[in-house]
Amino acid sequence: MTNVQTTTSVRAMDIDALNASRAPSRIEDETYAITVRDLDLYYGQKQALKKVTMNIAKKKATAFIGPSGCGKSTLLRCFNRMNDLVDGCRVEGALNLEGKNIYDKDVDISALRRNVGMVFQKPNPFPKSIYENVAYGMRLAGINKKSQLDETVEWALKGAALWEEVKDRLDDSALGLSGGQQQRLVIARAVAIKPQVLLMDEPCSALDPISTLKVEELINQLKTEFTIVIVTHNMQQAARVSDYTAFMYVGDLIEFGNTDKLFTRPEKKQTEDYITGKYG
Amino acid sequence: MSQTNTLDLTAKDTQTPSAYIKSGAPYVWLTAAAISVAFIITVSLLFLTAARGMPHFWPADVLKAEYAEPGEAAIPILVEMVSSEEVSTARLKSAGAKLDDSVPFHTRDLVKVANRDLLGADFRYLLDEWIVNRSYPDDVVVLERMEWGNFHGFISEVKEDGKVIASGAEAWAAYQPLQERANTLRDKLHSIEDGEIGQINAGLEKVRLSSRRLELEGKTRQGSPEAFVELDRKKAEYDAQYEKVRLDLAAVSKDMKRDGLVLKTVDGQTKELDLSQVVRAYRPNEMGLFAKIGTYFSKLWEFVSAPPREANTEGGIFPAIFGTVMMVMLMSVFVTPFGILAALYLREYAKQGPVTQMIRIAVNNLAGVPSIVYGMFGLGFFVYFMGGNIDRLFYEESLPAPTFGTPGILWASLTLAILTLPVVIVATEEGLARIPRSIREASLSLGATKAETLWKIVLPMASPAMMTGLILAIARAAGEVAPLMLVGVVKLAPSLPLDSIFPFVHLERKFMHLGFHIYDVGFQSPNVEAARPLVYATSFLLVLVIILLNISAIRIRNRLREKYKALEG
Repeated sequence: MTNVQTTTSVRAMDIDALNASRAPSRIEDETYAITVRDLDLYYGQKQALKKVTMNIAKKKATAFIGPSGCGKSTLLRCFNRMNDLVDGCRVEGALNLEGKNIYDKDVDISALRRNVGMVFQKPNPFPKSIYENVAYGMRLAGINKKSQLDETVEWALKGAALWEEVKDRLDDSALGLSGGQQQRLVIARAVAIKPQVLLMDEPCSALDPISTLKVEELINQLKTEFTIVIVTHNMQQAARVSDYTAFMYVGDLIEFGNTDKLFTRPEKKQTEDYITGKYG
Repeated sequence: MSQTNTLDLTAKDTQTPSAYIKSGAPYVWLTAAAISVAFIITVSLLFLTAARGMPHFWPADVLKAEYAEPGEAAIPILVEMVSSEEVSTARLKSAGAKLDDSVPFHTRDLVKVANRDLLGADFRYLLDEWIVNRSYPDDVVVLERMEWGNFHGFISEVKEDGKVIASGAEAWAAYQPLQERANTLRDKLHSIEDGEIGQINAGLEKVRLSSRRLELEGKTRQGSPEAFVELDRKKAEYDAQYEKVRLDLAAVSKDMKRDGLVLKTVDGQTKELDLSQVVRAYRPNEMGLFAKIGTYFSKLWEFVSAPPREANTEGGIFPAIFGTVMMVMLMSVFVTPFGILAALYLREYAKQGPVTQMIRIAVNNLAGVPSIVYGMFGLGFFVYFMGGNIDRLFYEESLPAPTFGTPGILWASLTLAILTLPVVIVATEEGLARIPRSIREASLSLGATKAETLWKIVLPMASPAMMTGLILAIARAAGEVAPLMLVGVVKLAPSLPLDSIFPFVHLERKFMHLGFHIYDVGFQSPNVEAARPLVYATSFLLVLVIILLNISAIRIRNRLREKYKALEG
């Protein structure tokens, strides 16, 4: 237990030192990609999110942490309306992307999802070639020009730090890649349609440590271009990759703020208990 | 004390039955026995049908002998041995044989005497011990004829234009080239009949229907003669063509009748035969093994490639093979899209609840409805209702002769498509259910709509399961006979449902089917002994056709499986 705590604080201090110049001390100073206002979510009768209010900063990485079942993945899936697929799921409150409530009736869900990409827990490439996996989103958007596809596929694969490994076998099946490569491939696939926000639902939980490291490096690069929201079980990971961290517990947003501050000087007792490993 | 406390891993009880059962060995034996029995039954089915059917085409030696019943004059015989069995003396005596009781059993042979036109029947039972003076003379000839089955005997003279050109020992050599000529002419005759005359007849029929249509539209030859001018011109053209072809045909027929044989049977009767009546002749007793193998394969090839003759007991079964395969393929074309769409709705769009569940159960239960019921439905709905209406709407000019309002290959394949629909729906549904949710979410998260996700990701991934459904459907449909008897199968179809006459595919035509052919030859044939080996051979072929159809479907499925290998984990 104490071990975890030490590591966490050491890490947090490293990040703190690194980001001292860049990270603004107060969230309110920034422009926001997404604002959440009093968001309630029910699965049938059961309330899974309770009056969540938060702002997601533009071109920063925001991490959601919390014990299993606390609602962090549910909240993430609200951002691209993935919860619509669940029978009996009901959302109240507002979730604004660039000032537009995405739960309004006139929202085009396809357009929303093109702007809010998602990377899932387990790598889920399509049983197609590497090239076609990355080009899938563009083809859906009606882009079929070979030169444009080639260019974007290369750009996305380079962005996902996968280009060097696969450039000679773009026409091979994506299922032949290793787990870590597959996860970077699906990141490239999400990035290829140039979304504004990239949601990541525990993207490293199925990966080995080396692949995890690569994906984390990737997240640090990607946040210069995209707003990233990441759900993670791994507090060290949250500390390493995120600028802001939200701690959730049983549907409540307990504490939300600058990552360094949250890990070093949490305001709430519950947050402190969790990050020091007293429960979770 | 320390000894008792240490872990003891040695098995103590290895001999008792309960230990044996616990070891799991009996279950291994039981399961292995089950699969062995299934395997052995399958193999013996194939083996039995092949062993009973395939030797039929072997050119067996012909025995010349005398049949001497006690107290009667010996009769010369010229026979092919078919089979022999031990029969009790009492039974033979009650059948009228003059025997004493010294031995309890006698050997009785079934022999093929052929010469049905002279002897009445071409198979006989003879007592083995009464067959004497056996020999296998080289000059015995077996003639396969267009009518009356085989002929056993000797060639005494070969005639050309009524004049004897060879006789006695030279006859066989002189006959060979003439038979080749006759076969060439027969092929020519068939190609004229099926090709040119078929085209002309189709053209004349079209002219007749067009003029009938004009009459139905209220035009008469008196009122509007100009409408008929073109038709009359066409009719005259076809008539002229026909006249020309008829002369060709007459010339070929006359040519064919040029040569003839004078044959002698073993009991001294003579018979004259046109060469146009002979399919093939061979002298089995002088043939070596390789010559026999050659003849065997030529007869086997005739069996799979030629149309039947003589109430289906001679010739081949090509139209039945063709009809079976074409019907199954049409059925696949109908059932696949229909079944897939239905399964897609049930699994992907319908709200899962009691109503959907009830529909699903109902669909599954359709698979248990007896097939003859589908036949009745096909006859009532497809043939009479749909076919009748199609005729009234589009083929009014040919009424009262029905076009689609009569059983045909279209209605047969549609009926079987309905019969096999549940199989395809269930298999497709299971395939759809197996596609991981994560893959669908990946597609949706990239901005795909549900329909796009289905078409681009889910359906291709479920295609191996659809192929599994189709494989089961083919296996079921190819072997089904009962419903077909009501909706399109006939004993003998005059023409194939696919030919060179526009529009090439004739879905309204009746067709022949291997399964029905087995039933027809086996139960409706006047010549039981001749039909029996054909029943086995046809069954063997039906199984082979089904295996071939299935293997090709399985190969497609495996290729799809390889392409859309399921994700690991």
